[in-house]
Amino acid sequence: MTTMLNRKANAPLHVGCAAGFSGDRVDAAGPVVATLARHEGPSCLVFETLAERTLALAQLARRQDPARGYEPLLELMVGPILRGCLAHGIRIVSNFGQANPDGAAMSLRAMARSQGLRMPRIAVIRGDDLSGPGYHAILRRELGAAVDRVSVVAANAYLGAEPIAAALDAGADIVVAGRVADPSLVVGPVMAHYGIAADDWPRLGRATMAGHLLECGSQVTGGYFADPGIKDVPDLDRVGFPIAEIGPDGACVVTKADATGGLVTERTVKEQLLYEVHEPAAYLTPDVTADISDAEVRSMGGDRVALVGVRGHPRPERLKVTVCFEGGWLAEGEISYAGAGAESRARLAADVLRRRLEGLDLRVDLIGAISIFADDAGRLLGAQNAGDARDVRLRVAAAHADRAEADRLVREVTALYCCGPAGGGGVRTAVRQRLDTMSCFVPRTEIDARFEMLD
Amino acid sequence: MAKTVPLRAIAHGRTGDKGNRSNISVIALDARDYDLIVAQVTEARVAELFAHRRPSAVRRYLLPKLAAMNFVLDDVLDGGVNGSLNLDTHGKALAFLLLELPITIPGENR
Repeated sequence: MTTMLNRKANAPLHVGCAAGFSGDRVDAAGPVVATLARHEGPSCLVFETLAERTLALAQLARRQDPARGYEPLLELMVGPILRGCLAHGIRIVSNFGQANPDGAAMSLRAMARSQGLRMPRIAVIRGDDLSGPGYHAILRRELGAAVDRVSVVAANAYLGAEPIAAALDAGADIVVAGRVADPSLVVGPVMAHYGIAADDWPRLGRATMAGHLLECGSQVTGGYFADPGIKDVPDLDRVGFPIAEIGPDGACVVTKADATGGLVTERTVKEQLLYEVHEPAAYLTPDVTADISDAEVRSMGGDRVALVGVRGHPRPERLKVTVCFEGGWLAEGEISYAGAGAESRARLAADVLRRRLEGLDLRVDLIGAISIFADDAGRLLGAQNAGDARDVRLRVAAAHADRAEADRLVREVTALYCCGPAGGGGVRTAVRQRLDTMSCFVPRTEIDARFEMLD
Repeated sequence: MAKTVPLRAIAHGRTGDKGNRSNISVIALDARDYDLIVAQVTEARVAELFAHRRPSAVRRYLLPKLAAMNFVLDDVLDGGVNGSLNLDTHGKALAFLLLELPITIPGENR
């Protein structure tokens, strides 16, 4: 706190993002922290590590070992930058607590101890986990008897920015959350820094869209963007992660870490602005209904783009809750055919499998001819005449509640080595457990969202 | 002379997914082509392009200040990331299916 107060009082808040999902590059944070440190103004670093099912996977990990269930890459992500963040007053906000925020906090303390750093003040966000028996009645009321027919792995409400802001106000160096809405990781620091009220819809709307631009990490700085010859990206192998300069009104300029690859242009910002948006006038989060129907992006040159014209309307009265449950088994098998007649041999192999695996709803892909554009029912595949692709990988997949049925698919694909068409090679098979989800909306008054500062 | 090009020649886009719903942005590479894109990349044509995925609804939102539009396609992901048997359970690639849509460029335009 004192370091922040000693800095330029009127400098805009800088928020960097060093992960867009669990599994993102663990060396992303270094250049972001170095850039934030040079800024010498108030700054914050967020890591977004929680896709829809990540939390359920974390719950499963915690069942195996009560000490786990937080981001598995936590030490690789945070270890190298913890010293710099503490030294420069760069506060860390993340959902890397996943299913076990206290476990993540313990790991962070152990990191600080082993590096000889001062002990960071860590706040944990509570209230998102609805998997306990106390919440069953609420889930049953909203989801009906369906929730009784499944084996629930995780149930979490998407919390908003308020408890994050409160934790930062209380002096947290690190805020560890489980499920919070992704943009709220950024809205929280903006609320805390500028003292924005929880019903200041225009400013919350702008801050939310700043968070939305940051939440997928490099997806706004040239990651997931390159299309050679049309949209070229310099040095994609070392793409820089984003930093937003957020002003008192919540509006932002997006830029990226210094001395990195990638680029920030009107095009990269537009693609991310519309990513996972449905109705542009009503982007719903726990904090606000953001409205980008009149938004504009303006290049300021030098990898800097301003987002303007975002509006905000009152937040939804209910919070989204996602319930994750065991979803049976997914079986997959692949085999390759190459050379003259490869596609017709792959198609024959698919036909053999369909006959052998009667009773299983089989998806068929002819990778190299027709695959991921197609549908599970095989309508596109069926409508297309056989071609003469010369390097085709046949893939079949099926889902079943019964593990034995999943295993049957794997055996039949393997048996193509001797019993299938000529020249098939490179069989790979896998059977894995699936997770499925259902969602509902719960009145926010029934969710106890708060922070706890750990001693 | 008019000529036909794939949408990819004049626009870019990205797919997002939530559950069984896909959204695909279509953004003019050059804002001067936006009216042409609005005129030809219609809900009806997009529904036809994705017919094999049986969309229950296709909606288009216009964002003229971004020279962009946002398509929302309901129930096109075979259950989405949890239920689909597709290798690409999210439908991440679908923007590039939409970008294959043929566009007629009037002769005097270029």
